[in-house]
Amino acid sequence: MRSRVMPKPRWNLEYLMWIFTRISGLTLILLAVLGIGLGLIMGARTQLDLGTLMRWAFFPNSNHVLDSEIPDLYLWANGFWQVIQILAVFFAATHGFNGLRTVVEDYSRPGFWQASLRFLVFLLWIFSSLVGIYVILGS
Amino acid sequence: MALSRKVGLIAGAKYKGGGPMLAWVLHRISGLGIIIFVTLHVLASFLTQQMGSDLGIFINIIYESIYFQLFIVFCAIFHGVNGFRIILLDIWPRLIRYQKESTWLEWFVILPLYILTAYIMIRRFLAG
Repeated sequence: MRSRVMPKPRWNLEYLMWIFTRISGLTLILLAVLGIGLGLIMGARTQLDLGTLMRWAFFPNSNHVLDSEIPDLYLWANGFWQVIQILAVFFAATHGFNGLRTVVEDYSRPGFWQASLRFLVFLLWIFSSLVGIYVILGS
Repeated sequence: MALSRKVGLIAGAKYKGGGPMLAWVLHRISGLGIIIFVTLHVLASFLTQQMGSDLGIFINIIYESIYFQLFIVFCAIFHGVNGFRIILLDIWPRLIRYQKESTWLEWFVILPLYILTAYIMIRRFLAG
């Protein structure tokens, strides 16, 4: 089987976002593993059930573990986890809304509607990132 | 648009893509599921946290339902594991030859993780 000869990639938006999608995906998996690992060290083994630990791994906000047997939340709600959450929101929102842009471009033709939908996705990206970070800093 | 895309739903369903096609379809569906959930969740937590609004509590009720949660847990686990498979195949392009096998292999990771989590969630839901 011979491989196709590909043109040398140029640094345009598509190529950049292709790379970003891989890097952010890996980062999100690593953040989830970090959440599970540190969660287990902080006592999740006896104080959380698996569903709650998965919810914590998905997004390490202390509101996600309120419904458990943790006696004191000081380990679970602090600046370290806020930084992790802001990273998770940034990577997840950018990864997700770039994926939504890909879907929009797959199912629409170039023109007015595609441009409008792309702009809508852009607005949703800005809006949900900012609101997400605001909520993290306020909780 | 390099390709003609006049493919109907039935013609698309008849296409025998096998495991990789199923993974592609599910990757897209689970990605959209996560976007809907996360956007709603960000909105709802903003509304309840900052405004104490009833709308936020209404949205919370939707996704605190066990059915929605089982769907989202599947989306998150599938999207994560399948995305990791795609990254591995992209880093080592020679593995593309084993693409079909890789989609079978990923179910050996996804199914135990998902069934175990779902079992515990359902048991807790039934216990009240």
